[in-house]
Amino acid sequence: MAFARQVFVIMAKDLRAELRTKEAINASLSFALVVLLLFSFAFDPDEETVRTISGGLLWIVFAFAGTLLLNRSFARELNNDCLDALISAPIPGAALFLGKALANFVLVLAVELIALPLFGVFYNVHWTTQFGQLMLVILLATWGMTVTGTIFSALTVNIRLREVMLPILNFPILIPALLGAMQLTSALVAGQPITSANESWLKMLIGFDIMYTAVSLVLVEVILVS
Amino acid sequence: MTPAVQVSSLWKFYGDYPALKDVTLDAPPGACLALIGRNGAGKTTLLRTVAGFSRPGKGAISVFGAPPRDAGTRRYMGYIGHGISVYDELSALENLVLYGKLYGLADPRRSALEWLERTGLERVKNGLVREFSRGMRQRLAVARAFLHEPKVLLLDEPFTALDDRAIAVLQGVLREALAAGKTIVMSTHQLREALELATHVALLNRGQVAFHGPCTPEMVSDPGWVYARYGEG
Repeated sequence: MAFARQVFVIMAKDLRAELRTKEAINASLSFALVVLLLFSFAFDPDEETVRTISGGLLWIVFAFAGTLLLNRSFARELNNDCLDALISAPIPGAALFLGKALANFVLVLAVELIALPLFGVFYNVHWTTQFGQLMLVILLATWGMTVTGTIFSALTVNIRLREVMLPILNFPILIPALLGAMQLTSALVAGQPITSANESWLKMLIGFDIMYTAVSLVLVEVILVS
Repeated sequence: MTPAVQVSSLWKFYGDYPALKDVTLDAPPGACLALIGRNGAGKTTLLRTVAGFSRPGKGAISVFGAPPRDAGTRRYMGYIGHGISVYDELSALENLVLYGKLYGLADPRRSALEWLERTGLERVKNGLVREFSRGMRQRLAVARAFLHEPKVLLLDEPFTALDDRAIAVLQGVLREALAAGKTIVMSTHQLREALELATHVALLNRGQVAFHGPCTPEMVSDPGWVYARYGEG
């Protein structure tokens, strides 16, 4: 119970701090919308093209837009040396990590859910046909992206080039999750539900989330205390 | 009696460079240990390692007999470093309530309001920290470090860059803490202010302890005496 309360306190603090300044979320949302708009000029949005590129395009946009948010996660704590105070507080590193990961998840998801209808408009896609399954894929892939992004944000927090290092470290790890999300999203946006032919991607996403959440919870204390 | 803070044969390396070399010292309960030394002597590294931010390369640290990273130990340690460790985007009250919750205080809001009053910040309790003057931010940092009534206080250059009011607030709470039997370990260049409070002194020189012992009248009357006697000159 105490652990859950500590997680909630950290999450609420991060969300409150971000919503007061809106620095990272504005940058992330603007980036997502601009890239979606530019790509809509680059491609002729006929049905076949969209079916081919939708999943890849959407998740590349989500991944880069998410990185802008995730970069700030632990970097925010450097201002005024707040990270020292968090590390010295009597809470487990796992609670600190999970609180931050949940706050990032909410912010990244908010950007994705705003960008998704605009994707539908720009590319003339009826993305709501398989709404429930699409949301499931987005939730799973976003959690995977958030967990690895948050742990790498902790790992790179004291590096001067952390804005560059985070995507360099995070994206290769994310390849399986992004691949699964892209495959499933392309099918779902085209109106095809998840079947036995592609449900292995869904299982892979679930496995990715469980594995990286567990590894991150174990490693975060070692990462934070050098 | 178990020392409040005990450092035994501590080594700390940055790469191959030994920032601390075989440091052994202790602070008994209720003592005020002043860590002095030139820039780069290892004072901040020692304090950060005692605070549990950094792992020792070799050697051991205990706080009342327990490792500094134990959750129980952290609950009764307070730390003031070079930064104020409060969030600019939150109000003074929100900051203190946040730390009160993290330290598991029974009534974080009441404790926060008490410390805002003690540090003269009650009238700006709902103001965002980013709008505070430097002196107000420093007083809030003091309130943040003392909020959970720590038994051991680790202070890194606590008097540096403080305005007069913040110095008065800090000296007041440090005297009260010592009177209440709390232990203070502070690194400082402000020898006069520090030696007025110190019961013990440790002089660090290039990562090694050059002197460690009780604070003597000679040190208080002439703050440069310990450097002249034991330092590198």
